[in-house]
Amino acid sequence: MANYKDIIDNCKSTKGGIIEAFHALQKEFNYIPQEALTEAARVFGLSEAQAYGVATFYSYLSVEQRGKYIIRMCESAPCHVAGADEVIKAMEDYLGIKVGETTADGRFTLELCECIGQCQATPVISVNSKPIFNVTAQQIPEILGQYK
Amino acid sequence: MAEEMRVLLKYADQINPESAEDYIKVGGYEGLKKARSMERKDLIDEVKRSGLRGRGGAGFNAGMKWSFVPDAPVKYVVCNLDEGEPGTYKDRIICEKNAQALLEGMAICGHAIGSNQGYIYCRGEYPFVVELLKNAIASAKSSGVLEGFDIEVRMGAGAYVCGEETALIESIEGHRGEPRFKPPFPGVEGLWAAPTVVNNVETFACLPYILVNGAAWFAGIGAEKYPGTKVLTLTGDINNPTYFEVPTNYTLRDVIYKLGGGIKNGKKFKAVQVGGTSGAFIPEQNLDTPIDFDSMGAMGAALGSGAVLVLDETRDIVDVVTRISKFFEHESCGKCNPCREGTFRCREIMEKLNSGKGSEKDMDNILLLAKVMQKAALCGLGQAAPIPIESTIKHFRHEYMRKVL
Repeated sequence: MANYKDIIDNCKSTKGGIIEAFHALQKEFNYIPQEALTEAARVFGLSEAQAYGVATFYSYLSVEQRGKYIIRMCESAPCHVAGADEVIKAMEDYLGIKVGETTADGRFTLELCECIGQCQATPVISVNSKPIFNVTAQQIPEILGQYK
Repeated sequence: MAEEMRVLLKYADQINPESAEDYIKVGGYEGLKKARSMERKDLIDEVKRSGLRGRGGAGFNAGMKWSFVPDAPVKYVVCNLDEGEPGTYKDRIICEKNAQALLEGMAICGHAIGSNQGYIYCRGEYPFVVELLKNAIASAKSSGVLEGFDIEVRMGAGAYVCGEETALIESIEGHRGEPRFKPPFPGVEGLWAAPTVVNNVETFACLPYILVNGAAWFAGIGAEKYPGTKVLTLTGDINNPTYFEVPTNYTLRDVIYKLGGGIKNGKKFKAVQVGGTSGAFIPEQNLDTPIDFDSMGAMGAALGSGAVLVLDETRDIVDVVTRISKFFEHESCGKCNPCREGTFRCREIMEKLNSGKGSEKDMDNILLLAKVMQKAALCGLGQAAPIPIESTIKHFRHEYMRKVL
């Protein structure tokens, strides 16, 4: 696993690049660990509170530990009318967790999100940012079963 | 008239969007060459004459926006690819089909305002578009077409408000994406306090074609006061949920029944929401309106991003609008009180109405709150948030009354 200091160091020369650094950290760890947040604040010349303020403003950044696979269910209007509620329920049942939680084995985190811009094929979920189209409640075990 | 008119998407799926070479083979980068042979003032005048207006939703004359940029040692060109309006995916489509036209358009703008640095702010939901654009920039650089103009891609992180230009600038600077007070406008004081032009993907992508074919050609397409083509994205209860590029005098009815193939499963039409989730809901009797900015505005709706969400006769309008009110509560950045509290109360009242516990008094209150938000919110988010509520109480009042005590 890459060192968080190296990851942050790679973004150091990018002006205003703390969000880029957060993205790079999340790519490696799936969230922003506390010590990495402190280091990023130091490198970009912000207080820890300011860096925390940035990290918690954006819904795609997380300062809480998350699972290996982050599932996001779009619940914006186009997905809502296409049956997002049933898909959420099917995922909660299959994973045995509620929205916002991580499975005990650390494999899946289930989150809600707003539109991910794939409205030609609603309802849409994404797993680690890869969109999956025209999802039905019945398909959930098959779709999520592929992620080991 | 039932035909599409493809300008930006003419070579969709025929060229590799990452490849500058492919793009040059179909006439690409000729517009930039022509722009660079012109004086900056003449170039801005040409764009003004074309009548090109912002395709992100605000509809401001692009050349006019550029003309406000003062002399300064450093200036920036910023492309808004935040595309957060639910139901909208046209900027993704333009990048996936014709990314080089966006790069060329940004370089044209760079020449017009005297900037050699561009930024593309791409939403965090599109990491694959970020990769595509980085490859496209590398390809353009290696073929030498951008000359001294440099473009950097920055990725957003799931904040709808960052589609607002000053919030977007804050985000590029590495801050929380909260809108700034205006004035000063970004054209005068934008990214890192330097003059900055922020335009939408589609606006930039129109520029190469305007330069090659001339301002008069562009001004002659579609609606007189909002000329050109518009890329629309269809979603909801429609047979063909896909993208189309049409001249701006195309009517909503043709969008839905000709290109869209009509309502799914043989059902009847109930309403269409145009411009994304902040748009007005439009009833059947207004479907013969052309999609251009001013025609839509005249009936109290907006073209906005060009998203078209169609609802069939079985859809519960009050339920859909309740869901939309949750969206705005979630996406309000919290900086200004009218939006932070207003979106919270809108959601609260909508839930009350939707669950059958509301009264006509609640409807009066929410309409009053809507007026306050439209006048007092700092940015477009809070101003537009009540539009779906207002428009449905106006056109679909009977649906609310069915749920009122």
